[in-house]
Amino acid sequence: MSKIILKVNGRTHSLDIDPSTPLLYILRNDIGLEGPRFGCGLGQCGACTVIIKGNAVRSCITPTATIQGAEITTLEGISAGGKLHPIQQAWIDEQVPQCGYCQIGQIMTTKALLDKKPNPTDAEITQGMNATLCRCMTYYRIHAAIKRAVKLVAAGRAASGKEVVA
Amino acid sequence: MTTFTNIPKQIKEVMEKLNGASSRRDFLKGSGLFVVSFSAVAMTDASLLGAASGAQAGAAAQAAGPYPDPDFRKLDSWIIIHPDSTATFYVGKTDGGQGTGTAFRQMMSDELDIPFDKTDLIMGRTDITVDQGGSGGSTAIERDGKPMRLVAAEARRVLLELAAARFGVPVSQLTVHDGVIMAKTDSSKSITYGELIGGKQFNVTLTGKDINATAGVAKIKAVQDLKVIGQPFQRSDIPPKVNGSVKWAVGATAPGMVHARNVKPPVAGAKLVSIDESSVRGIPGFVKVVSKGNYVAVVCEREEQAIKASQQLKAEWQKPATKPFPSSEDLFKYMREATPTSLTQSRAGIPDVIGDPDGALAKAAKVVEAEYEVPFQGHTAIGPAHAMADPSNGQLTIWSNDMKAYGLRTGVAAFLNMPRDQVRVMWQDGPQLYGRTAADDAGFEAAFLAKDLGRPVRVQWMRHEETAWDAKGPAFTFKLRGGLDAQGNLVALDYRARTVDYNHIGYNEPDTVLIAQLMGRRPSTPASGGSTPPDEMYSIPHRRQVTEVVGLPLVYETPLRVGNLRDPNGPQTTFAGESFIDELAAAAKIDPVEFRLRLLGASNDDDSGFRRARSIAVVKAAASAYGWDNRPSPKRSGAGNIVTGRGISYAYRGLTVIANIAEVEVNRETGHVQVKRVVCAHDCGLVVNPLNLQRTIECNLLYGMSRALHEEVQFDTEKVTSVDWISHPTLRHADAPEKIDVVLVNGDPNPNRPDLPSYGAGEASCRPMIAAVANAIYDATGVRIRRVPFRDERVLAALKGAHA
Repeated sequence: MSKIILKVNGRTHSLDIDPSTPLLYILRNDIGLEGPRFGCGLGQCGACTVIIKGNAVRSCITPTATIQGAEITTLEGISAGGKLHPIQQAWIDEQVPQCGYCQIGQIMTTKALLDKKPNPTDAEITQGMNATLCRCMTYYRIHAAIKRAVKLVAAGRAASGKEVVA
Repeated sequence: MTTFTNIPKQIKEVMEKLNGASSRRDFLKGSGLFVVSFSAVAMTDASLLGAASGAQAGAAAQAAGPYPDPDFRKLDSWIIIHPDSTATFYVGKTDGGQGTGTAFRQMMSDELDIPFDKTDLIMGRTDITVDQGGSGGSTAIERDGKPMRLVAAEARRVLLELAAARFGVPVSQLTVHDGVIMAKTDSSKSITYGELIGGKQFNVTLTGKDINATAGVAKIKAVQDLKVIGQPFQRSDIPPKVNGSVKWAVGATAPGMVHARNVKPPVAGAKLVSIDESSVRGIPGFVKVVSKGNYVAVVCEREEQAIKASQQLKAEWQKPATKPFPSSEDLFKYMREATPTSLTQSRAGIPDVIGDPDGALAKAAKVVEAEYEVPFQGHTAIGPAHAMADPSNGQLTIWSNDMKAYGLRTGVAAFLNMPRDQVRVMWQDGPQLYGRTAADDAGFEAAFLAKDLGRPVRVQWMRHEETAWDAKGPAFTFKLRGGLDAQGNLVALDYRARTVDYNHIGYNEPDTVLIAQLMGRRPSTPASGGSTPPDEMYSIPHRRQVTEVVGLPLVYETPLRVGNLRDPNGPQTTFAGESFIDELAAAAKIDPVEFRLRLLGASNDDDSGFRRARSIAVVKAAASAYGWDNRPSPKRSGAGNIVTGRGISYAYRGLTVIANIAEVEVNRETGHVQVKRVVCAHDCGLVVNPLNLQRTIECNLLYGMSRALHEEVQFDTEKVTSVDWISHPTLRHADAPEKIDVVLVNGDPNPNRPDLPSYGAGEASCRPMIAAVANAIYDATGVRIRRVPFRDERVLAALKGAHA
């Protein structure tokens, strides 16, 4: 056991843990964030996805010691002031989930994708999402929701831009 | 017509007391009939609403128990009206994400005449919701929705009579709209549901020999009078699933909880010889190694510690003397050569043999023969099986996503030899509930471990356990022969299937869950297993339909255990049946849609559900929505590497009828099959929520595609070797078609009849999907793939073989 400092969703946590523990278990069992979920423990499915330094990261295979000090964002960190992130809104508008277990990973993977490529092509969406699995097979609606989210994010950016000008 | 004088005596007495009571307190004291808001039910309800609104009542709010069954013959077990005229519905169901919970609210809101958004729903809590069995068999709306509508209608009737008594006018002179009752001729006489009964109990007894027959006096509304049913409400469970506020069974915790992981036998059928506990005792947080028979689990204070201990535990296992099963490469040969354990009957009421199939085949102008193979396919849930059990207060509370929460409760009580009243299951959302998943097994394991340790225990399977050891849909082999006359009419069909379905395990059986098997418990006889033939309404004068069951050498403690997988056996048998119909159409050089319509139209006989007429309607609707051009398969493709084709497949499931069309692109150089477009025509009678139905169908079509293109359980002669998402591939984003069209059909001969029922829709649409893809590959390439799944290497080998 050793002392680890983690920055999660803008808050700093000081924990006394085995530093080799995968981040997933720390987020869920010590910090109480249930967004990231155990799916495979192998980095193959994406249900545990969080965002670190702008990248979608599989927290189930990320030793906690390796991301000390880095800003970690989980699903709980992407909505601001009770307002849903446009990607979350798109997910509701398109009625994407079935069981919903993997959807947090889908949303976080989408966020990392759109943060880098605000206007992805269909092929870029497919490529970016292809390693995030859904056993209810919601892929068709995920694709539609990402395209909807692109528009919502752009509209939000335009609106906030106007506010700055004003 | 109900009048004032017809008020049941009980209510009349209550009303008299109510009118005479000087204050609410006096009323409460004086009434022996109205047990009011301080009663046990209402208290439980209050704690529940906290849970439902995201406060996670959890173990902290756990009532002390015991937990007797709610009485389904009491209206108060189903509906509570609150003083603010909102209502909470209690149903004995679970929602795996197909939107049934939203549909239940719509059905009950409609019959109760209360706005949808003023209602809430509690499901799957065995201590406070009646036992409707949870989920399964696509019965949510078709079977379990009926008592829900009837009890809500009964509540409306009772409320109207209370208002009639209050106003002194006959019920016939009252109207009800959005939970407000008003006298037709005197608008000053108006009262809300909340004012009438809010916070109090109905105290109305219902009838019914079983829960499915639960009814009051009131009848349900005619289809034409429905206002909430049929509306595309968004699902109420989606916002909390997207914003992260929903409480999942996988996150259930309790004070003092420890974490467990299983250690499964390394070889199927191996016997535990010894455990070296010293191999894990040094792991920080180590609590205990639990073992009984061949069941082994490690328990630690923290989750990652338990995972480490499960990987590190040294145990000696003795391999079985005989190989537990053939390898997956040799499975179909084994199945063909095995001695069947039993012969299963065809569908009820339909004989196995009609006419003289052998004689007709001998006389046919053309005979077509084909064999098909479908491997074991698993649930392989995206989140491995899990449960948490809390043994506080000498009771047992299990937090689980098991779709059959009620069966889990009964099964665990029997397994642990506890009174049922001391066990309750708190169903919460979880990964896919598509049949007999390992959630059953994890629930029993958590319960056993919690009782053994005397403290709350959470268990979750690892990925390799889930993929290797969950219950499997059985493998099939098929041999079909068909005879065409000189005009291309199908005159004889001989269908022979074999399914490796011996010892088919049921749900939550205390002697077949994995932990029980590993502990050496056995049912008196293994379930015989079996399967019905493909469900279609073709009129064929001579036919035989025979299904034989075979077993594997290892019957118990095997990862190749068979149980219900989404639409049990439907995708397998329909793959063979509808591929073969396509082969016959091609042999007759007749368009595949026309060939099917001829078979459906060859008779005027129909059943009470009008399945034949509705089959014709969906096949036509699918063809029309696709823009199907009449031509025989295969299409004459050019010389390029990329060729396209379309395929149709049709089936019914229960009373729901489906026709799917797949359009595929096949890469002749790589063997890769890309489904470009899917059309599904779907007739499930009265649709409660077209939006949620459409989403469920879209996903179910892709689920069928996943089984068509990717999924196969692979094994050597000792163990399952497909154990993760690399060795056991699944459909991915790149496989999704560019376009899906869902056409909701009402093919009833009297489409406007006021009693149009709803038929099950959760599973039906995946049924024809494998065959639709296979038929499209044939149309594109002229090569018939008769072995599932259609992975690139298999398709490529078939293409090369055909061109060799």
